[in-house]
Parts: sequence; structure tokens; C-alpha cells
Amino acid sequence: MKAIIRMLASFLRLFYQSVYLALAQIWANKTRSVLTTIGIVIGVASVTAVIAALTGLKAKVLTQVESFGTNTIFIFPTQPDKGPKRHASWWTIRFLPEHFDDILEHCPSVERFCRVAGVGQYTAHYRERSAENVEVTGIEPAFHDIQNRPVALGRTFSVIDNMQVRPVCLIDPKLRDELRLDRDCIGHSIRIGHHAFRIVGVIERQPELLGESGQDRYEVFIPFKTTFKMGKPWIMAFAASKSTEVTEDAQAEISFFLRRTRNIKPGEPDTFRVESVKRFLDTFNSIALMVTLVAGGIVGISLLVGGVGIMNIMLVSVSERTREIGLRKAVGAKKSAILTQFLIEAVVLCLIGGLVGVGIGQCLTMIISGINPVLDMVRIPAWAILLSFSFSGSVGIFFGMFPAIKAARLDPIEALRHE
Amino acid sequence: MEKAEKLIIRLHNVARIYKVGVERIHALDGIDLELSENEYVAVMGASGSGKSTLMNMLGCLDRATSGRYELDGQDTTKMSDAALANVRNERIGFVFQSFELLGQLSALKNVEMPLIYSRNGWWSRRRRAKNVLERVGLGDRIKHKPNQLSGGEKQRVAIARALVCNPSILLADEPTGNLDSKTSESILELFDQLYREGQTIIIVTHEEHVARHAKRIIQMRDGRIYSDLPRDQAPANKASMQNDVQEEPE
Repeated sequence: MKAIIRMLASFLRLFYQSVYLALAQIWANKTRSVLTTIGIVIGVASVTAVIAALTGLKAKVLTQVESFGTNTIFIFPTQPDKGPKRHASWWTIRFLPEHFDDILEHCPSVERFCRVAGVGQYTAHYRERSAENVEVTGIEPAFHDIQNRPVALGRTFSVIDNMQVRPVCLIDPKLRDELRLDRDCIGHSIRIGHHAFRIVGVIERQPELLGESGQDRYEVFIPFKTTFKMGKPWIMAFAASKSTEVTEDAQAEISFFLRRTRNIKPGEPDTFRVESVKRFLDTFNSIALMVTLVAGGIVGISLLVGGVGIMNIMLVSVSERTREIGLRKAVGAKKSAILTQFLIEAVVLCLIGGLVGVGIGQCLTMIISGINPVLDMVRIPAWAILLSFSFSGSVGIFFGMFPAIKAARLDPIEALRHE
Repeated sequence: MEKAEKLIIRLHNVARIYKVGVERIHALDGIDLELSENEYVAVMGASGSGKSTLMNMLGCLDRATSGRYELDGQDTTKMSDAALANVRNERIGFVFQSFELLGQLSALKNVEMPLIYSRNGWWSRRRRAKNVLERVGLGDRIKHKPNQLSGGEKQRVAIARALVCNPSILLADEPTGNLDSKTSESILELFDQLYREGQTIIIVTHEEHVARHAKRIIQMRDGRIYSDLPRDQAPANKASMQNDVQEEPE
């Protein structure tokens, strides 16, 4: 026991002393130390910045997904991968409104359901003002809940609006501002294409999607049936499962139901897709993982190169300080003491590089989040900092080992004779 | 010569043989030597006489090829490298011709250095280093770096470093070799003072006037002890050395 404490104490002494000496040595050779650690600095700075960007992006995507609701299901037509309908035209595989009749009765795991009809982009007019790129979409009342986009002002569409194919609309606040409508614009009439629509409400804007924050894109919503007055709508559907746990059941039920209503024979592939937000999330996560791995590989190589630089400079240091090593051995330094001293010097060098690298990474992160508002949630996570330090420390130990062993093995008599 | 009570060094038939290619060089060839506490010895000899090898051997930097070396009653021949490092740390103080101070460290830090590797001295290293610097007359220059010190002061720092662990023997290898004659004299006076304070000192030198400070002079040639006499009886020059072959006193 006493021996163990004694060993520990002597190691701590040595450790303290070695760190002190290492710092003195690094300070004495400032230029050299800076040049040596550049590899480590760049490696650590880039890894922290990349991890920060990815984490920020992920956080952003997650908040967006949460705004959708994690139990949201998207249903849209698509060409199958194989089978005779592989090259079918989009129009022949389109959804028809009647495909979804009575879907809620047949799908017990589905809480809400709505059809959506896209009729494309129009130009909207109000008096002499106009706005281009106005996306016109026909919706059913459940849309507000499923997509989490309530009506902020006015009312939602009633059953009668839909049944009577009334020319009424909900507009988004951005369009209202663009057309210079009053804040309380309900009851005013705007022209969309060749049709006049009376505004019954203002719908909340969609949380900004990645990468389209700056675009001028306006939205107008009209009752589902009204879209058929404007042309041939492209129909999709949204559903919400009763809970996140039964989302997969809900997807299966919807698939089963749609295969029947769309007359897909057994063995034939689906001509539609039923996707959940979770799937998108999984896809995003796997992409993020790939990017992390690629970035990790690049950073690994850069740290490796940095490590070789460290080894080189430590070898120079050992040969420059041969007499010092001889002297230290003469006054009673053991092999282990010399080894520790040079190893710690390499590690300290690497850790300083890591520290500077994290600092630069932090600056980069701040610049990134300043430039692009989409990445405003970019932060360096604590584990990334920890990882950077342990990695650069390991590089120090790994590449410092050879020079340190070389120093420890020097014969004191030879070393003291060294010129 | 008069024998003191306590034996510090005992060499028995020590040889050191280097192999250079197929040739075997007998750097030390059967050395027998005994040294007591508080002796002041000068080892003399031409270059290649084996005096440096003897010095390394006495300082536990080198191991004997054969024979036996006892320091303070302990046989060093069979010790591990780590144990020898401890012996060097605790029992031996080295003074070198070219001082061997570390340029980035202050005088105090240089003197502290052996205590870093010591098992006991670490906590008191500052105080002990200060004390010993005062002892060699440098109490007012402890913060100075080596490049701010004169040659004589540098050697005093080096002597302080050698003394800081209270060694059994002080081994000085040409301690005045890099100094002018005036400074040399003051360093030698310091050695005299240390000797009077009870320090055992071995000086390796080829200079007669340096050796004359010692109380006992050992002459070496071809790896053997050629003469070993008290200063008063030692031959004053090389001509008389050759006529006056003496065996080591028993």
C-alpha cells in the first residue's frame, strides 16, 4: 500500500514537472511549436466545425419535423420500381378523389385524414397589385390539424364551402402584405388566374423549410372541390396516426385500403407511396451519419499528418537536447522519467493544438451560423470538444512515443559527449 | 597515508573493456582503490589514460566489465539501471567542464533539478536549492539565467546543483577547464572550503596546479593506477613520476 502511494506520488511529481518543462520548452520555441501544431489545429478545427454544422442541421430538421407532428403520414402516387406500370405516365397513376372514400372507417389506426389538391402556380391580383408564384392548393378541414397550420384570422372552410364549390380562399400573411391588403382582409376579393375568390381567413405560414427561406413563395388555399373548377388537380393526401407507436400500422392499413380502391391486383407493385415523417428522419440521419464518417476520415488523415509533424519535431528536439538528457540522467533521472518528460511534451503540444483548434472551430461555427439563418442552431456539442481533445491527446502519445523512447534509451556518457 | 574510519568507495580489480570491431580496448585494467570519508583526491593522467572512464565508473554512469565496486558499502555491480539512477541522485554530485546548465531555467531551477528526481527532496526543493546557492556564494543571483552569469558563476551554480542532494562524493571533471586562471583559483578555493566542511571530493584533471589543491593525488596511465600518494609525496612532474613507481598503499 505504502509502495503504491509512493509510486503514485513520484508519478505526480514527475507529471507536474514534465508539464512545466514542456510548457517552458514550447514557449522557448514559439515559432516551431506553432508550425508543428498547425496540422492538429486544422484537423480539430474542421472536425468541430463539421460536427457543429451537422448537429445544428439535425436540430433544425427535428424542430421542423416536430412542427409537422411525428405521426404525420404522406400519401402520394408514384411509379413502381418494376412491373408493367414502371413507365406509366404520371397522369394514369394519379389519385382520384374517390380512391379515399370512407378511408377512416377502414383504417382504425388513422386519426385524421385529408386530401390535398394542387393546381399549380398562378398570379394573384388585388386592385392594381399582383403577386406571382402563388401556389394554389385545395384542402379539407383536417389539413390544419395534420400540418399544424391553424387559421390565425377568420374561419376555416365549412362543409358547405366544399359542397357548394364556393370561391372562397385562405391566404398566407406574406401574400396579404405583398398585395397590400388590410391586416383584417376578410371579405375582400382577390383574383387568382381568371377566378375571383373571397378571402375568409389568414392561415399561418409554414415554418421555413431548409434552403427556401429567402424565396418569394406565396400560398393560397381553397376548398378541395373548388380546385376542380380551376383545372385538373394533382391529388395527394395527409394522414395522422393515432399515436407515433401505431404509425406503421396506419401506413399498412392505408396501403391495403388504397390497393383495393385502386384495383391493384395481388402481386403487382404499389403505384403510390405511404411515407411517414419518421422515414424522412431516418433517411436524414443516415445521410448525416455518412457525412460525419467522411468528415471524420478526412479529419483523421489530417490528424495523422499533424502527428507525423509532431513526431518529426520531437525527434529534432531529442537530438538537440541530447546533452540535457545526458545531464538529467547523470543527476539521477531514470529512463521512465525521461520517457515521461518527452511524451508529455508531445501530448501538451497536441493538446494546445487541440485547444486552438476548438477555438478556431468555435469561430468558424459562429461565422456559419451568422451567414445562413437556416443554420442558426449550430453549436459545438460538448462531446465533440471532448472527442477532439482525447483524439489529439492520443495523437500526441502515439507519435510522441518513438522520440521519447529514443531519448530514454540514450547512454548518459555518450549523451554528455554529444556536440 | 592516514586512513579515515569510514570507507566510501572500494574498487576491487575493476576492469572496463570496450569492443571496437574485433579489438578489445582495456580502458580500465584491474583498478584497486579505496576512498574514505572527507578525502580530497585528484585523478591525473594524459588523455586516454582511463581517468574519464574511472570517473564514469565512480559516478555509476558506467558499469565495470569485471570486478567489484562498492559505494557506501553497497555493491553497485549488480544493481538495476533504475537503482543506479537513484544512487547517482542521492550519493553522487557531478561537476562538468562545460557546466551543463539548462539555458531556459534560472539558477534556482537548475539547482532544483536533481531534487525533481529525488524520492525525498521534492517538497523542500526550493528551500534546499536556495541554501546551497548561498553556500557557494550566489545567494543574490538565484533568479538569473545562465546567460546572465559569468563563467565562474555558472560553475558555482553547477557545483550547487551537484551538492543539493547532499552527495557522498563530489565528482568534478576538469572543473576549471573552461575558466581563466583567476576564476579557476576562486572555484578551487570553493572546493577547498567544501572539503573543510567535510565534503568528499574527487577532481579529474590534467593540470598540476589544480591537482595540488587535493590532499591525495592518483596518477593514471594505460588504464592502471600508476601512483597514489599524499600530495606532499606526489611527484611534481612527469619526469619524476616515471622514476617513482609506487604501489597503492594497503
